[in-house]
Amino acid sequence: MSRLFDPEAFDQAVSRHGSMMRLGDVNRRYIAGIAAFAFALLCFGLVEAEFSIARMIAGATRLGDFAVLMMPPDPGKNLQLYVFAMIDTLGIALLGTLIAAIFAFPLAVIASRNVFPIWFVRFFLRRSFDTVRGVETLIWALIWISAVGMGPFAGVLAMATADFGAFGKLFSETIETADQRPVEGIRSTGGTAAQEFRYGVLPQVMPVIAGQVLYYFESNTRSATIIGIVGAGGIGLHLSELIRTLEWQHVSFVVLMILVVVAAIDFVSSRLRQMIGGQKPI
Amino acid sequence: MAPLLAAYGHAVARRRLRFALSALILGLCIAFAAWWVRFDVFLLVSRIGSISSYFSRLVHLDTGALVFTDPADWFWGFTPWIKKLGETLLIAYVGTVLGVLGGFCLCFMAASNLSGSRTRWFTRRFLEFCRTVPEIVFALIFVLAFGLGPMAGVLALTIHTMGSLGKLFTEIVENIDMKPVDGIISAGGSWTQSIRYAVLPQVLSGLATYGLLRFEMNFRGSSIMGFVGAGGIGQELLISVRKFYYSDVSAILVMIIVTVFILDILTARLLKRLSAGG
Repeated sequence: MSRLFDPEAFDQAVSRHGSMMRLGDVNRRYIAGIAAFAFALLCFGLVEAEFSIARMIAGATRLGDFAVLMMPPDPGKNLQLYVFAMIDTLGIALLGTLIAAIFAFPLAVIASRNVFPIWFVRFFLRRSFDTVRGVETLIWALIWISAVGMGPFAGVLAMATADFGAFGKLFSETIETADQRPVEGIRSTGGTAAQEFRYGVLPQVMPVIAGQVLYYFESNTRSATIIGIVGAGGIGLHLSELIRTLEWQHVSFVVLMILVVVAAIDFVSSRLRQMIGGQKPI
Repeated sequence: MAPLLAAYGHAVARRRLRFALSALILGLCIAFAAWWVRFDVFLLVSRIGSISSYFSRLVHLDTGALVFTDPADWFWGFTPWIKKLGETLLIAYVGTVLGVLGGFCLCFMAASNLSGSRTRWFTRRFLEFCRTVPEIVFALIFVLAFGLGPMAGVLALTIHTMGSLGKLFTEIVENIDMKPVDGIISAGGSWTQSIRYAVLPQVLSGLATYGLLRFEMNFRGSSIMGFVGAGGIGQELLISVRKFYYSDVSAILVMIIVTVFILDILTARLLKRLSAGG
């Protein structure tokens, strides 16, 4: 029986085809350079952020203490307060998402190449969506609080603003990828532009858009749990207060409640999305 | 013809009924939510004046001129802000790199084709926990544990990045071709060697793509870390908003948005090169 591995044959193969197996020297040096730069930047960042072994150990010990103090999770007498705040959070997420979708849809239609002909209007809208999208929900919450005062109302508006940008982009991309053949069919039978949109485009994009809105509702329940940190309503306000006052058992209860609710919403929403047949946006 | 039409009518009627029912349920949910959070449209309309005046003050300097007319005055704090912005970028970068490393180490343990069921279960629950708790909550806790400053922000981003990338990486790893792995195992290679020579070459470009996309998200995440004292430009923004330094708010926002745009363009370019080269 011959050996499985024949060193001689291997060497021959390498000498014949070696150049194909190896990266070019230039390419290799290039990659090494990038890696070295990335590593140097990482070290610089760690120093800038004042990382140190002593600090890590001290912090980890304190985290361990917190973890011990968190057990068992216990809401004390505030159970009702926390549950109500959680419902607030869900309400903020729902209203914010829907308001964003309602306002974003008509503008997204105008921002779509296959529906609206004037390019600079589309360009302007696209950039506006990007601008709004570039700002975090929490920043919007901070701004809306200054404009309308503290409370869930500011939270709804912040959620709606942040999602408005995201929806505008997503919806218009969805509309642009719609199949043009139904539209042409309607045009060939003498349909108006409005009819082309209503019967040619809308039936194609509606399920996808509904799926996207649901997906955002899902992710917004997560964001809505934190906007309270700046005072925009919901469970976040209690959570940040509890952390600052070191009420660890309450903290662990609230975090656990958030995790359970988010998981439940995820479950329901992914079921619904499957029913609608919409896709998950990337 | 008639039975066909009847069947069609029946099918359509059922679909319409279902649609109407879902619309009704959604409407009830909306009504309840609006009542619960005391969302008052009339209040919004009545306050529209003060809201728009707030936003118009954002684009006016103290002198009353529009911000664009005097960029030097608008960006009077450019040097300290750009430093803070640099810190924000650095927090995002370090958090992303550490998170990628963490997710990278854990994804092989969470992948069903490479790991035993017990390891997998624990790793997956851990990753789930890391990505479901919002990063700002981690930041709040880390500020207490590690002290104020960017370190808490970096660690919070790291944990969150590890959780979400760990999951995405796992999905990539689970979709690989297993034949090279079998080849290495049958030639007597160890688990680590099979990862290095059979798995890694297949997944690396996918991991790099997700890592890059994550960096962009983490920049936005690190821009708010300052709200809880975890470093970055968020602190300046919070102070400006709270103290009603209107033009400062808009200036800082512009800087953040421009950075996001630049990152957006750079990542898109890099991704293109990556997909062309890989």
